[in-house]
Amino acid sequence: MSHHLIEARDVWFAYPQGADVLRGLSFRITHGEAVGLIGCNGAGKSTLLMHLNGFLTPRCGEIRIGDTPLTAQTVAAARRAVGVVFQDPDDQLFMPTVAEDVAFGPLNLGLPLDEVAQRVGAALERVGMTSVRERPPYKLSAGEKRAVAIATVLAMMPDILVMDEPTSSLDSRGRRRLIELLRGFEHTRIIATHDLELVVEICSRVLIMDEGRIVADGPARTILGDRELLHAHGLERPHSLSHAHAHTAE
Amino acid sequence: MAVESEGAVENNGVVRTAMGFGSIMNNSYGIGRMGIWRMDEMGGQATPLHRMDARIKILTVFIFIGFVMSFPRYEISALMPFFLFPLVLMGRAGIPPSYIFKKVLIASPFALAVGIFNPWLDPAPMIRVGGIFVSGGWLSFLSILIRFSLTVSVALTLLACTGIQRLCDGMGRMGVPQVLVVQLQLLYRYLFVVVEEGGRLGRGLALRAGPRSRITLRTYGALVGHLLLRSLDRAQRVYQAMASRGYTGETRMMHPPVLRRVDLLFLVGWVLFFGVARYWNLAGQMGRLLIGGGR
Amino acid sequence: MHMADALMSPAVGGVMWAISGGLLAWCSRQVRRLLNDRMIPMMGVLGAFIFAAQMINFSIPGTGSSGHLGGGLILAALLGPYAAFIVIASVLTVQALFFADGGLLALGCNIFNLGFFPAFVAYPLIYKPLVKSTQGGLRFWMGAIGAAVVGLQLGAFCVVLETTLSGISDLPFSTFVWMMLPIHLAIGVVEGVATGAVVLFVLKARPGLLGEPVDSATPPGGGRKVIIGLLAATLIVGGVVSWFASTHPDGLEWAMAKVKGKNTLESQAGMSEKLADIQATTAFLPDYGFKKSEPSQGESSSWPAPSAGTSVSGLVGGLLTLVLAVGAGWLLRAKGRSKTMES
Ligand SMILES: Nc1ncnc2c1ncn2[C@@H]1O[C@H](COP(=O)(O)OP(=O)(O)OP(=O)(O)O)[C@@H](O)[C@H]1O
Ligand SMILES: [Mg+2]
Repeated sequence: MSHHLIEARDVWFAYPQGADVLRGLSFRITHGEAVGLIGCNGAGKSTLLMHLNGFLTPRCGEIRIGDTPLTAQTVAAARRAVGVVFQDPDDQLFMPTVAEDVAFGPLNLGLPLDEVAQRVGAALERVGMTSVRERPPYKLSAGEKRAVAIATVLAMMPDILVMDEPTSSLDSRGRRRLIELLRGFEHTRIIATHDLELVVEICSRVLIMDEGRIVADGPARTILGDRELLHAHGLERPHSLSHAHAHTAE
Repeated sequence: MAVESEGAVENNGVVRTAMGFGSIMNNSYGIGRMGIWRMDEMGGQATPLHRMDARIKILTVFIFIGFVMSFPRYEISALMPFFLFPLVLMGRAGIPPSYIFKKVLIASPFALAVGIFNPWLDPAPMIRVGGIFVSGGWLSFLSILIRFSLTVSVALTLLACTGIQRLCDGMGRMGVPQVLVVQLQLLYRYLFVVVEEGGRLGRGLALRAGPRSRITLRTYGALVGHLLLRSLDRAQRVYQAMASRGYTGETRMMHPPVLRRVDLLFLVGWVLFFGVARYWNLAGQMGRLLIGGGR
Repeated sequence: MHMADALMSPAVGGVMWAISGGLLAWCSRQVRRLLNDRMIPMMGVLGAFIFAAQMINFSIPGTGSSGHLGGGLILAALLGPYAAFIVIASVLTVQALFFADGGLLALGCNIFNLGFFPAFVAYPLIYKPLVKSTQGGLRFWMGAIGAAVVGLQLGAFCVVLETTLSGISDLPFSTFVWMMLPIHLAIGVVEGVATGAVVLFVLKARPGLLGEPVDSATPPGGGRKVIIGLLAATLIVGGVVSWFASTHPDGLEWAMAKVKGKNTLESQAGMSEKLADIQATTAFLPDYGFKKSEPSQGESSSWPAPSAGTSVSGLVGGLLTLVLAVGAGWLLRAKGRSKTMES
């Protein structure tokens, strides 16, 4: 059975004392796909992501990770399978040093100390942050924080990576490094973002959300090239696709 | 603890000048940048003293304070040798004594405010220096001043020569309840974040209200209430980040397991010194030797 | 109102550390037992919030001064008493370490004075029953201000007790009480008003947040335990007060009596061994002879330690020691300083 699969079936959700935010939403993402989740402010992207590791539970409908529905009994396993990189890395880095922060998850898994140390080393290596391992998180730059936040998730060895606005507050070099990093991952990736150029470079598939529904689902180039569709949902065609010639990365 | 008049020196060393919105920024920057930030850099160094087991340093510091406080109220000269301890620590840890000295000067003046009454309340002359009679009150006040400098500088030095993380770690291993240790770590971690957020909120208000206006109670409630709500939201997100990494209420820590012989020597050596300095007035002896009249 | 190391005797400091340490251990156990894991990050971030909030001032109309939040009450209302106590302790610890507010041995006192009363007295006995679910109005403000005032008054009273029992300061108990309590009455009102303003905002912005503290499930008999504890505390405090009151009917008189009494008392004990030095010293420093400059008061031997020699040599020796200590610190300083972090 593969964990790399994530599925939403007719998910409805409302915050307490609020109107429906997710309104009958369905999709299925399979092994190794990189999916961009786009839509204007307040479309419900973050709300949807909170469902994927069980912080919010749908009013009706269900989320399935691998082949098991996400319930109170399976939520611990689901959180191991789905690693979430939060929008603000300050929320994610709560331990005194980078190394301790990356070790936090593996320690909670009850792994022996030498394996914890090995995972910490590997995760920091992967994101190129070995040099800051003893630094406290508040002394890192925004880009370094983001990279370390990703390392904390990688150290859990999830099958699926979920990211909320990973490029916000990064400068162009930091953004470039992050894109290269994300491109190298073999995980199933779900990236909610307003950075459509990022989607062009990383994602093979795009979901457009509007008012709590998935309004479009298809290959990235097709959808991002469809000016009318994007316009209808308050989005703009990415610059790199609006020329006749393609100047994609590489 | 809650009322300060205009221009008062705050205990974190920020001089309050105007009370308007501008002062919010000054204060938050004062604490964030000047105060804590610098201290954090001091504590993050890697001298052998910094890396020494924090438990030993905590213990020695407490014993030190106990000795200093145990002197009778008129004692002055016998306290002097105790300055050796913080000064040596500063030296070994590469902390400029002027830095600690400045912080001592602006430390909470409660002890001085209370002690300053002694000269009035205890005016009976007690000793004579040259042709001047000195009352017991002035002696005990001077003694309070010296104790104050000793205890305050040693507390600051402890942090500066250890760092908050190692200190928390040491506390944990000394049997301080884990809830409290984690609490300290998290407080410290989010101090900068929340103070920055408060500064941003304050600046936002200042832009709308103008820099000259004062904060009324209603605005204050909104400002601080807003900050509180944001903090609670952040706490919620931090919890989610923790939970998504398998957190269930326990935090396991990786402890570097070291207690070396040098560390014990440090403890024993200093305690011996404190003991000697407590029971023989070293400074007095030396003065007698110098001026003469020794036994 | 941070109690300071310099004013304390080790005995008082030690006892208060033991009390606060016990309370902390007990609260930690309660927090673990009662609270869900959500509370841990909440406590941490709220501790940081209290720090930030204490930097924001509002102006008090007509006084030219400003006030800010103390935080104990709000913490209790948000977290319940046990967790609030731990958060207050952590805030005070950071203040003691970074700003030397109070000091390390006095930390035990400060945690008790500033933590116990808001969390375990003012909040459960005054704030909670009065404020309940009101949003503004007389009951609300009475609850907020009353709780803040009572919490601070008790704390200030403890400061006075601790200082007097330590015996380093000469301030007579009653004088000190009459200085501290009115000041802290004012501070308490300000704190209560600040707390009320913030609570009102939060209640309007997010109803249901402050209503029910997460650990409101007090252990069975918890309320009774608090009341019994309070009674015991009242008895003890009352006993001490009455003892002081009977010994020292009037602050000023007491001070005078103390000053007079010292002449006979101290000359026998304490410094008496130093009398041995007098002869030798005075002989060595003839210019400082007692007789010449002696006012008509009487004999020098009636003073506690009329030893100019001792004092001069003490002074010289003290200064010299200080110089030596500085020198030693400088000589022993580490060579390669400030490598950034250990690896
Ligand atoms: N904690 C909450 N309580 C109540 N309503 C909420 C909460 N969080 C979000 N909402 C509402 O849910 C809707 C969707 O919000 P969500 O954050 O999911 O949007 P988003 O697509 O992530 O937007 P953005 O691009 O701005 O991040 C919004 O209308 C928002 O006001
Ligand atoms: Mg969002």
